[in-house]
This record gives sequence, C-alpha cells and structure tokens, in this order.
Amino acid sequence: MTAPTAPATTAPGARAASDRLRRVAALARAETTLLVRNRTALFNALLLPLVMVGFFTLVGGLGDADPVVAATSVLTSLVSVCLLFVVYYNLTTTYVARREDRVLQRLLTGECTRPEILAAAALPALLVTLAQVVVGYAAVSLLVEPPGMANPVLLVVGVCGGALLFALAGAATSGFSRTVESTQLTTLPVVLVVLPFAGIFGAPGQSGALWEVARFTPLRPVVELVWLGVAGIDADGRTLPFAETFAAAALPVGVLAAWTVLAVLGTRRWMRWEPRR
Amino acid sequence: MSSRPIVSVRGARRRYGAFEAVRGVDLDVSRGELVALLGTNGAGKTSLVELVEGLAPADAGEVRVLGHDPYRERHRVVPRVGIMLQQAGFSSDLTTAETARMWAGTLSRPRPVADVLDAVGLAHRAGVRVGSLSGGERRRLDLALAVLGNPEVLFLDEPTTGLDPESRQATWRLVRGLLADGVTVLLTTHYLEEAEALADRIAIMQAGRVVREGTVAEVTASEPARIEFAPRDAAGRAVALAPDDLPRLAGRAGPAVVERGRVLLRTRDLQDDLEIVLRWARGRDLRLHELEARSASLEQAFLALATDRSPVDDRAEAAA
Repeated sequence: MTAPTAPATTAPGARAASDRLRRVAALARAETTLLVRNRTALFNALLLPLVMVGFFTLVGGLGDADPVVAATSVLTSLVSVCLLFVVYYNLTTTYVARREDRVLQRLLTGECTRPEILAAAALPALLVTLAQVVVGYAAVSLLVEPPGMANPVLLVVGVCGGALLFALAGAATSGFSRTVESTQLTTLPVVLVVLPFAGIFGAPGQSGALWEVARFTPLRPVVELVWLGVAGIDADGRTLPFAETFAAAALPVGVLAAWTVLAVLGTRRWMRWEPRR
Repeated sequence: MSSRPIVSVRGARRRYGAFEAVRGVDLDVSRGELVALLGTNGAGKTSLVELVEGLAPADAGEVRVLGHDPYRERHRVVPRVGIMLQQAGFSSDLTTAETARMWAGTLSRPRPVADVLDAVGLAHRAGVRVGSLSGGERRRLDLALAVLGNPEVLFLDEPTTGLDPESRQATWRLVRGLLADGVTVLLTTHYLEEAEALADRIAIMQAGRVVREGTVAEVTASEPARIEFAPRDAAGRAVALAPDDLPRLAGRAGPAVVERGRVLLRTRDLQDDLEIVLRWARGRDLRLHELEARSASLEQAFLALATDRSPVDDRAEAAA
C-alpha cells in the first residue's frame, strides 16, 4: 500500500467527491472545446433555440394576452426547445460521435466511471441551457414584461430535472444510431411525440381529455414547473401564492422523476460503449 | 512487499455466446517483469488481456492484479494501472496536448504532460490536432496516455503495430526504461523480434489456451535446431541424394527432408551432429553449398506450434 500523500484532514467521502468533480471537469473542459470547434453543434446550441422561439412567437402570436402570461409562454418555449435540441439532439449526436471514434472505449480504461463520462459530455449542454434561460428571461423582461419569479426552486428543478431526463434519453437513443448523421432520424420520434404535448402552444387552463393525458408526457412537467416557478400559474390557469406552488408541483415533479427512472433503465439497456458496425 | 505475482490468472475462461475465446488460462507476471503474450489472430490474446485489464469479467477462474479482482474491485486497481488498447480512439478536433491534458485531469497521480509527450517523441506535435497526426504518431499518443498516470502495471496490446522501425526502437527504449523503474508489463504483439527484444518470459496462446510458456531460450529449446545444405560434387554439380544416403544423427529429430536439391536435417544436438555431417561430407567428397546451421528461433517455435495444431476457429477473430 502507498501511504497517503496528504495528511488525512479531509474525510474520505469528501476526497472521493472532489476526485469525481476533478475528473468530470477535465472531460467537460475537453467537451466544451469540441463544442466550440464544431460549427453545426454550436449553431444548434446557441442560435437554433432563439430562431425557433422567435418563429413560435410569430406564428402563435402573443395576441392580447396578459403580458406576464405572454412572457412566460416565450420562456416555456425556450426551455422546451433547449431541452429537445441543445440537450437531447446534441447529446445523442455527441454520444454517438464519441462511441464511433472509440473515445468512450478509451475513457472506460481510465479512472472515470460510466456516469461520470456521461455527465461530463452533458455538462456543456446543461450550461448552455441555463445560459439560454437567463438570457431569455432578461430578453422577455426587456421586450415584453418582467414575468416575475414566483418560486425559483421549481424553475431550477424543472430545468435541471428536464436536462437530466433528456441527457439520459440522448444516451439511450445513441444506442439506436449507427452514425452521427442517423441521429437526425433516431431522435425524431421523441421530438415529434413530446413537442405537441409539451403545452407550449397555449397558456395553462385549457381543458379536455387530451390536455389531461398530455400532463404525463415527458416534457410537459418541465413546462408546468416553469409556469409555476416563474408566474406561479398552475395547470388549471390559477395564480397561486408562493406556499401553494409546492403542492401544485407534486404531480409534475413525480411525472418527471418517473420518466427519469425510465430513462436510466433505457440508458442501461440500450446505450452502447463500443462502435456499432 | 512479498514476491506474490503482480498479475495472476488461474483457470480463466471467457465466453462469447457459444464460443469460448479463453479456455482455462493460467498466467503469472512478477514485479518488474515483462511477459509477452504471443499467438495468431484469434488465439484469444485480446480476450485474455481484457480480463486482466478489468474491462470484462471472467466467466470462470480467478484474475488478480495487484492483489485485487480488476473487474469487481476496479476502483482499487485502475489508478495503479496503465492500459493501451489495440484500438482506442481520440476526438480528432482536440490537439495532442489538449488530449493529454484531458486524460491527465482524470488521473489520481498524473506525470507532467510535457514530460510524457517528450518521452514518446510528440513534444513538437503538441499543438497539432489529433486528426492531423500520422498513424504512428497516434499510436505513440496512445502510449503516452497509458503511461501518463505513473502506472505500476502496464498492459500494452500490440503497442508498435503501424510504427516505423525508428519509432518502434524508441518505444522499446521507453518500455525498457519503465521496466528498469520496476514497472510490470504484460504485452501482446505480432512481432516476434519484439518479444525477443523485450520479454523476460513469453506465453504462446492458441485457441484460447496457453500452449507454451517460459523464457525465450526455454520456449525455443523444445524446438530442434536445423542443418540445411545443397550437396554438390567436387566439380560443383548437384548431387541427388536419397534419405538413406544421409548420415545417422545423434540428436535426430524427425525425418530428413530432401527437396529440390536441398537437404534439411533437424537435430537436438546441433554441435555434435554438425560435426557428423561435416565428416560425412568429407568422406564422400561432397561440397555443402549454402550450408546453414542454426538453433531454433522464436519464429520457428511459434510457426511449429501454429502449424502443428488444428486450425483456429475463425470466430475467434471476430471475438478477439
């Protein structure tokens, strides 16, 4: 056995956690460099969300809705588009590229664990998404109306939970994709199924069986949490006081957690670490 | 530290579906020793090495590296081990130095990146994108990453494939330096001269088993030496000989072969039998053209094993 080089002043758990962080940071730094050098991925991450949100807003129109509702609508579109394209699509592509380049195989020979490798690749996408939300919030505050911040905890849970879910979904989807190009097709089913039910084409408070069922689709809980977190508006369109937003968040948080568990299982089952040939 | 082997494999087996790539292998590597694992394509070398690297669990038997199970106790073993896969990739848009820095950031006790790039002769390519490196340069970057973590044990899977002779020599120097520092190495290679140059011991695998193991001298000792010549008369004309005309050797190993005017004799007693052959030739007034007498080479021992045994199952190639 080798003697520990540093005096044992830190607990082993803290030491392990800091080692973990160091490894993830080293890989995430390289991933960020790669993102900056890949023009397509960079465009998808930085400009595509703005373009799409602009398009949705023009087509759907803000109409003469309450300015807070209008501003929050734009934010929910932005978060949804970021999760689907910056996180889900980009990460599916990234995982396929690293797998086909045999980078994943190399990383497995080192000290990093599988969750660390997945997290490191996802970190730049998560940071871009958070930055998009901050910039988007500032933009709607300037251009429309400051939408307020009813419960920032729920906003953070929604955005981060959604990013985790769609990062895992990307890892699982990468297993079905032979090449980087084919991810345009393999990611399509999730995008097409999830987007119409996300509830970004209209304010909360609509009724109907489909609208209720849609609450159990993967992206919808994120949208609900953004509405609750920013405007304090629940799925029935009521504006709630701060204390009641937590209770209203129980269902979306539960749905999000359930999908995340499924995504973990899917990743374990379908994610591949060696090239598909 | 006890003299327990650093790498110890007992009765290891590994299966891919119905095909068994590793069929009960025993192998030890002691501290500071280099063991070369040889075998034809599909013999199971990579499948075995992946077991000691902890990349896959053994289906049966026991695998120990530094006293631990490298698969189940991976976190204890992997910080002290360097692995160079036969095929591992890089992101081609990162530079050589960025790739090495990234890898260093994941290690418990990394060596300085610049030192290691210098040691593998890539210092002048540090700022170049990996996509622009030559095949040999990429292989040396592979080696750089494998040794970056100051490993006590190094697993090298065909480390010099695709290298030019000069780079190969440089790699050998680097590996010898590590051995001198007490690093333990398990190496697979297709180049028999590489095994002769570096290995303390070699193990030859065939169809999932280690069929021969020992020092180069021990492995070649089991193979007979060869005496070859083309008999001519005093005027230089070829002489046709039947096997019965040939001398009776003391260490005869197998029948004599007479083919296209050349005679091949195999013996376990090269010195005495060479003398017998020379006297026999003098007595008959024969000139021995193109006379060759040599002990068995590793290549000969290897080829003898490869041709003697039943052909290897082709599926092993795909699995390896």
